[in-house]
Amino acid sequence: MHYDIDNALSPKLHHGFAPQAACQCAGLALMAARGSGFAAAGVAVAGGSLGQRAGCAMIALNNLTVSYRHHPALHHISGSFAKGSLTAVVGPNGAGKSTLLKSLVGVLPLASGAVSMAVSRDRIAYLPQASEIDRSFPITVFDCVLLGTWSTVGPWRRISRQLRGRIEAALHSVGLEGFEARPVGTLSSGQMQRVMFARLLVQDAELILLDEPFNAVDTKTTQALLKLVRQWHGEQRTVIAVVHDEAQVREFFPDALLLAREVVAWDHTSIVMTDANLLRARSMAEAWDDQAAECHTDDAAAGLAA
Amino acid sequence: MSDEIQSLWGLLADPFIEFSFMRRALVATLALSLSSAPLGIFLTLRRMSLLGDALSHAILPGVAIGFMLFGVSLSAMTIGGVLGGLIVVGLAGLVSRSTVLKEDASLAAIYLVALALGITLISAQGTQLDLLHILFGSALGVDSPGLNLVAGVASASVIALAVLYRGLVLESFDPVYLAASGRRSWVWQQGFLMLVVVNLVAGFQTMGTLMAVGLMMLPAVSARLWHDGLPAQLLNASVQAMLAGLSGLLLSYYFNTPSGPTIIGCAGVLYLLSLLLAPGGWIQGLLPQKHRVA
Repeated sequence: MHYDIDNALSPKLHHGFAPQAACQCAGLALMAARGSGFAAAGVAVAGGSLGQRAGCAMIALNNLTVSYRHHPALHHISGSFAKGSLTAVVGPNGAGKSTLLKSLVGVLPLASGAVSMAVSRDRIAYLPQASEIDRSFPITVFDCVLLGTWSTVGPWRRISRQLRGRIEAALHSVGLEGFEARPVGTLSSGQMQRVMFARLLVQDAELILLDEPFNAVDTKTTQALLKLVRQWHGEQRTVIAVVHDEAQVREFFPDALLLAREVVAWDHTSIVMTDANLLRARSMAEAWDDQAAECHTDDAAAGLAA
Repeated sequence: MSDEIQSLWGLLADPFIEFSFMRRALVATLALSLSSAPLGIFLTLRRMSLLGDALSHAILPGVAIGFMLFGVSLSAMTIGGVLGGLIVVGLAGLVSRSTVLKEDASLAAIYLVALALGITLISAQGTQLDLLHILFGSALGVDSPGLNLVAGVASASVIALAVLYRGLVLESFDPVYLAASGRRSWVWQQGFLMLVVVNLVAGFQTMGTLMAVGLMMLPAVSARLWHDGLPAQLLNASVQAMLAGLSGLLLSYYFNTPSGPTIIGCAGVLYLLSLLLAPGGWIQGLLPQKHRVA
C-alpha cells in the first residue's frame, strides 16, 4: 500500500470525486491521476473481502482513518462498496458508523488514507440523522422536497412544471399527497422522515447514504421506506444505510459492514451477522484511552512503499 | 368630518412637508427598513440574533482608521467600516471552518479584540467627542451624502437578497445537505454576512448603532410570531420596521424626544403587540381552543 504522509496535512485532497463514466473501475485510476502521491490508490483496494468480489467498486476506502482529537473514530478501514450494492452498516454506539458516512460525503476531514468515488459529487444523496435537521424552520413540505433538486437546478435556474410534477410524484410515493403546503414544523418525526425520503427520490442520486433512517419511525412507515430502499436497489443505485435492527439487516440487506472502529466483518450479510462477529464488535472499548500509544501503522506502510 | 381628516393628515404630513431634515430622515429610515429587516429574519433563523450587535462593534477600528487618515469624511469612514467588518467576518468564518469553534464563538472572540483596537485608536486621537458624535449619528442629522449611501446600500442589498435567496434558505435550513453537495457552500454564509455588514455600516454611519441594529433585529423577531412561511415573515418584518420608523419620527417631532430611541421604542411596542396578538402569542394561548374533527 502506498500513500504519503505529507498529504495527510491537507486532508481534503484525499476526496477524489471522479466524473461519471460507464463502468467505474476506471474512475478510480482517474482519481489517482489527479490526486498527487496516490498513484497506487486504484490498486490498493483489496483489503476488504467484498472488494475482491466481481463487479465494479462504487467507493473504495484505502486505509481510511478519521479521528476526533487524535482518537480514531475509524481506524485503518480498507475495502470497497460494489456498484449497485445494498449494504447495511452495523455496529455498537461509537463504532464510527455515522463518521464513515460523513467522511464519504466529504463533510469530515480524513486523518489519513483515501476515499475514492466512482461517481461525481452531485450524484450522491446523504440523509443525516433526524436530529441534525431544524424542524422549526419556516419552510413548506413542497419547498423542502424541492431543495432535492439543488444539484441540477442550482441557485438560479427556473423550476419547471415538469419538475413540480416530479415533486408531487415523490410526495405521492411516500404517502404524503395533500401535505404540500404544510410547514415542516407541523409534521411528526415519522412524517418528516418520509419528506426526507421524498427529497432523496427527487435527488435521483446514484449513491445514497442513509444515517439511521428508521429511528423513531413506526413499523408501517419503516416498511414503506424499506420498500423504497429496495426499489433503489432494483434500479442499480448503490445504497449504504446505518441500521440498528439486526433482524431488518438480515431480511433486507444483502451485504453488511460490521464496524467497531475497525472492520470486524464486511461481506454477505449471512457471513457478517454471526454471533461470534457481533460479540467481537460489542466488546469494543467505547472510552478513549488517553494513555494509548501513537499508531505507527501509517509510518510502517510509508516505509514499505519508499 | 372632512375637517378632522384634514387636520389628521396635517398632523401626519406637515412635519415632512415643512422640514427637509424630516424628509431625509424618513426616506433613510424606510430604505433601511426595507433592506435590513429581512436580513434580521435570516439571522434569527440561523440562531445568530446577537450577531448584529457584535458586528456593530467590530466595525469600530475600520471607522476609526478611516477617520484618522482622512478626517471627517463619510465615504472614508464608511469604506473603513465595511472593510473592518468584512475582515472580522472573514476571519471568523475561517476560524470556524478550520477549528472546532462554531461561527458565533469565533466571532465573539474576534469582535471583542476589534472593539478594543477601535477604542484604543479613537483614544489616540485628541478629538474624541467629535468622532464619537459621528460614530453614533442621529436620524435627524442625515445629510444628502448619507441619504445616498443608505439608499444605495438598501437597493443593492434588496437585489442581492433576491439573487441569493434560494441558496440562503438551503444553507440556513440544512447546511449539511449543502456541504455534502460540494460547491463551496461557505460562499452563501459569507455573502450573507457581508450584506449584514454593509447594512450595519450604512445605518450606523447615518443614524447610529441603535437604529442600525434595532431596525434589523426587533421587527424580525416580532415578524416571526405572525407567519409560518418565510416570504410572509420577510415582508412583515419590513412593514413593521417602516411603521416603527414613521411613527417614531412623528413622535420624536411632536414630543421632542431623540429620534433613534423613539423609533426603536415604537418597534418595541410593535413587538409587545405581536407578543400579545399574534397567532403564536399569549392571548391566543389563553383563549379556549376550538378544534376541528380532523
